[in-house]
Amino acid sequence: MNDKKTLGEMLTERGVSRRTFLKYASYTASIMALPPTAATAIAQGIANARRQSVIWLSFQECTGCTESITRAHTPSIEDLIFDFISLDYHHTLQNASGHAAEEARMQAMQENAGEYIVVVDGSVPLKDDGIYSTIAGITNLQMLEETVKDAFAVISVGSCATFGGIPGANPNPTGAVPITDIVTDKPVINISGCPPIPEAMTGTISYLLSFGSIPELDHLNRPKAFFGEAIHDRCYRRPFYERGMFAKSFDDEGARQGWCLFEVGCKGPVTYNACATLKWNGGTSFPIQSGHGCLGCSEPGFWDLGGFYKPLSTAKGDPLKWAGGAAVAGAAVGAASAIMARNKRNKILKEGK
Amino acid sequence: MELLEFARGPALTFAITVFIAGVVFRIVSLFLLWRTKDSSAGSSRERSAFSAAIREIIRRLWPQSAYKQRTLFMLINGYVFHFGLAIIVFFLLPHIVFFKDLVGLSWPSLPNNVIYAISIITIVSLIAALVMRLSNPAQRIISTFDDWFSWLVTFLPVITGVIATSHLGARYETLLGLHILSVALLLIYLPFGKLMHWFLVFVTRSQTGAHLSHRGAQL
Ligand code: SF4
Repeated sequence: MNDKKTLGEMLTERGVSRRTFLKYASYTASIMALPPTAATAIAQGIANARRQSVIWLSFQECTGCTESITRAHTPSIEDLIFDFISLDYHHTLQNASGHAAEEARMQAMQENAGEYIVVVDGSVPLKDDGIYSTIAGITNLQMLEETVKDAFAVISVGSCATFGGIPGANPNPTGAVPITDIVTDKPVINISGCPPIPEAMTGTISYLLSFGSIPELDHLNRPKAFFGEAIHDRCYRRPFYERGMFAKSFDDEGARQGWCLFEVGCKGPVTYNACATLKWNGGTSFPIQSGHGCLGCSEPGFWDLGGFYKPLSTAKGDPLKWAGGAAVAGAAVGAASAIMARNKRNKILKEGK
Repeated sequence: MELLEFARGPALTFAITVFIAGVVFRIVSLFLLWRTKDSSAGSSRERSAFSAAIREIIRRLWPQSAYKQRTLFMLINGYVFHFGLAIIVFFLLPHIVFFKDLVGLSWPSLPNNVIYAISIITIVSLIAALVMRLSNPAQRIISTFDDWFSWLVTFLPVITGVIATSHLGARYETLLGLHILSVALLLIYLPFGKLMHWFLVFVTRSQTGAHLSHRGAQL
């Protein structure tokens, strides 16, 4: 981990050809929507960089984010771990366990103080002093604060770490909060998604390595390169939306014809992610292509948006829950006001006599 | 996203509740008021109240020749935005889906671009109505807060809807949130001003018809 060689030197030693390396650099530049000239900058940046120490913390999560990153297409997680970064701590992927694992974390923190990157998946429970999730005898909050103290930057991956995710969903029994609620004095990059697109994770890490800086972020701290556009704006079913051709159920003629899934609950219009362009599993497909509407998994609070199969334009909850009471109250006040007006009139008529 | 959630949830529920209470209140209080009995002898030409009501409603659909020149544009413009609004509200798929979720009924929709074109026409027509009100001194003088505000709460949902559909200025979820909030404002104000004609227009015309016929007007 404390390798003094540059990545360029290391890659040459390992027999990685310059051609392969440049190919990777231009792929990263293209998925991050950087100009073609950036490919050279990325190649140079990575070649001159030292191997980056990465500490990956897993809190209240399901390991789906790790499952996703291990399916990264370019660079693969192997490329990343063996060539570009030194993954010094990661529950699922590291060999060490128990005390040895915690020691590895401490060592990485000491040797790379101020330079290492902390990747977090999972939310942090704060209720009841954070007892709902502990690792090595300390709470997630303690581990996060301790680890982040000397970090260069923090990357929150997955919707739990970025926005609270499932643990934070109503009624949030553990008092789960996203990382940005706790880490306020360091740059935090949010790569949301349940799970995030693997290339969004590896691409962002590569960007950090090559440029030593944070990519351009949106108002939710997400890299604009991956979260700059709504799914709906890049969806290949969009022409059907415009023409008013909608699947009404998952097995009707419209669904078979590949029409728009708005009516069966697609949240594509308000979801910002790169699924429609980068797609999944090496560009094979993405949820809408396989016939299911977008759940909006990269947006805050997506579990509580009112139902995955409820169209976006419907009211949330039951807007008619007070309708009966409202009608009765309206009728009562109406009748009372009419009676009062009648009485007043009668009185005037009487007095007039 | 929070704005959209607020609009789709509490704001809309509140607005619909006020709307229902307000409309029922207005209708009940109106129908329970006394009606002064007209004891005068009816004209020999008096028709039955029902027939007079129907005739008046039909008669009012088109200007009388004496006023035609002066009112024709206003009338046609009125038709344009009334039909425009109805088509937008009831034939855009996201709206139909909203009603289906609310009351369980649904019907075929029109393509988005057709609705879009109708929305632009409606906006132009609504602006024309406003300009006419502003430029005619007599009309301007008799206009009250209700007239201006009714125009505003009608105009806002249309303009925000078009802006949201064309993704202008802000993110779609923000624009959609504003659109729903503008509809909430419309629903809340509707029962308490002249927009109540949504429900009362034919009631008042029927009453006028019966009254005029009693006096011997030829309907
Ligand atoms: S399927 Fe979803 S994202 Fe695609 S056009 Fe329809 S609503 Fe938009």
